[in-house]
Amino acid sequence: MNEKYARITKDGLWDNNVVFAQMLALCPTLAVTSSATNGLGMGLASTAVLLLSNIIISSVRQFISAEVRIPVYIVLIATLVTLVDMSLNAWVHELYKVLGLFIALIVVNCAILGRAEAFASKNSVFDAALDGLMMGIGFTLSLVVIGGVREILGSGTLFANAHLLLGSSFAFLETTIVPDYKGFLLMILPPGGFMVVGMLLAAKRVLDQRRAAREVVAVPEAVAS
Amino acid sequence: MKLEELRGKLVYQGILLGGVALLTSAALSFASRATEADIKAAEAADLKQSLTQVLPGEYDNDLLKDTVTLHEPGGDVLAYRARRAGKVEAVVYRVTGYGYAGAIMCVMGVSREGKILGVRVISHKETPGLGDKIETAKSNWVHAFEGKWLGEPTADKWAVKKDGGIFDQFAGATITPRGVVKAVRGGLELFDKERATLLDETGAKP
Repeated sequence: MNEKYARITKDGLWDNNVVFAQMLALCPTLAVTSSATNGLGMGLASTAVLLLSNIIISSVRQFISAEVRIPVYIVLIATLVTLVDMSLNAWVHELYKVLGLFIALIVVNCAILGRAEAFASKNSVFDAALDGLMMGIGFTLSLVVIGGVREILGSGTLFANAHLLLGSSFAFLETTIVPDYKGFLLMILPPGGFMVVGMLLAAKRVLDQRRAAREVVAVPEAVAS
Repeated sequence: MKLEELRGKLVYQGILLGGVALLTSAALSFASRATEADIKAAEAADLKQSLTQVLPGEYDNDLLKDTVTLHEPGGDVLAYRARRAGKVEAVVYRVTGYGYAGAIMCVMGVSREGKILGVRVISHKETPGLGDKIETAKSNWVHAFEGKWLGEPTADKWAVKKDGGIFDQFAGATITPRGVVKAVRGGLELFDKERATLLDETGAKP
């Protein structure tokens, strides 16, 4: 049982990471990761929706027939995103002013439909919730890393304006990595997003290959002993 | 009948889709009703806050209710009047500039003498890290307008430095500040033209 949960966790965070393995949700990814703070905001909002949509879809999965499942998922996800949007706007208006732009983008985040189809529709509510949470955290980490790399290269800062998203108690996160940096515009613009995603993807593949090579060496020894 | 058998039937698909649509619309209309008042209040507070930012000083009327609409060729302009003892001391209205990536919405406050009290950018799509220095959160640039009027600087100096004016541009982004300067100047010209209406001194009762 624990192995299964470890598997779900590892899948979400690394092996089957939304951005770097499934290559889903690239549109919001490239659009918002001009800074680490933006990446974090988009990641957190998506995680919340992913968790809720996985729970809801998994709990009604017996009633949904295969023929009409996609429209049902889309309606459920769109409703959920609209509900989150409205409640944030009404009750946490300060946060909404920062995140508002990202929330509408979540509807077109195919990672959420992807998890509904690939996982939540076939697994128990608890497993689906864990999967949604882990996929969401994996997505958030990817966005923060991409945003961080682009922000350092593009404007020489890290987590600039974090206080707008997280409140003034998180202002310590805002650091200037390179003082008097003149800025490297390409990294902030969309092409920089493609480049950084490409480089990070290559780096992840290299790491995975090395790990696989080590495991191949390790396995025969285990058999021999 | 068992659920598995039912699920294959055509009528089940229709009922399922209809049921889901009904439930979700019910949830949305309920949520819309529950949040409507709060959203309106929050937006009004936002608007009021952005208006008072460009209106230093004390006023004794409700800004949001004391408005006048100007019919301009470029579209209607809604102006908010700030009064002290019934006399309009300042007006606030929106002006739109065109930057590198589309419209830049600004709100500007002008005193009854025609001097700029303040300018704030409320929405824009300029390049992050370059053009977004027009926001007060990123830079003090927009404060350069305070105290300026159509005679100071003179008409030919109402431009960014690159065009021979007095306002700074940003390294790598000239189009953005150029658009804002042009919009603010247009706002002042509008004030000049519509002064009597804006200050509620046309003689006619509103």
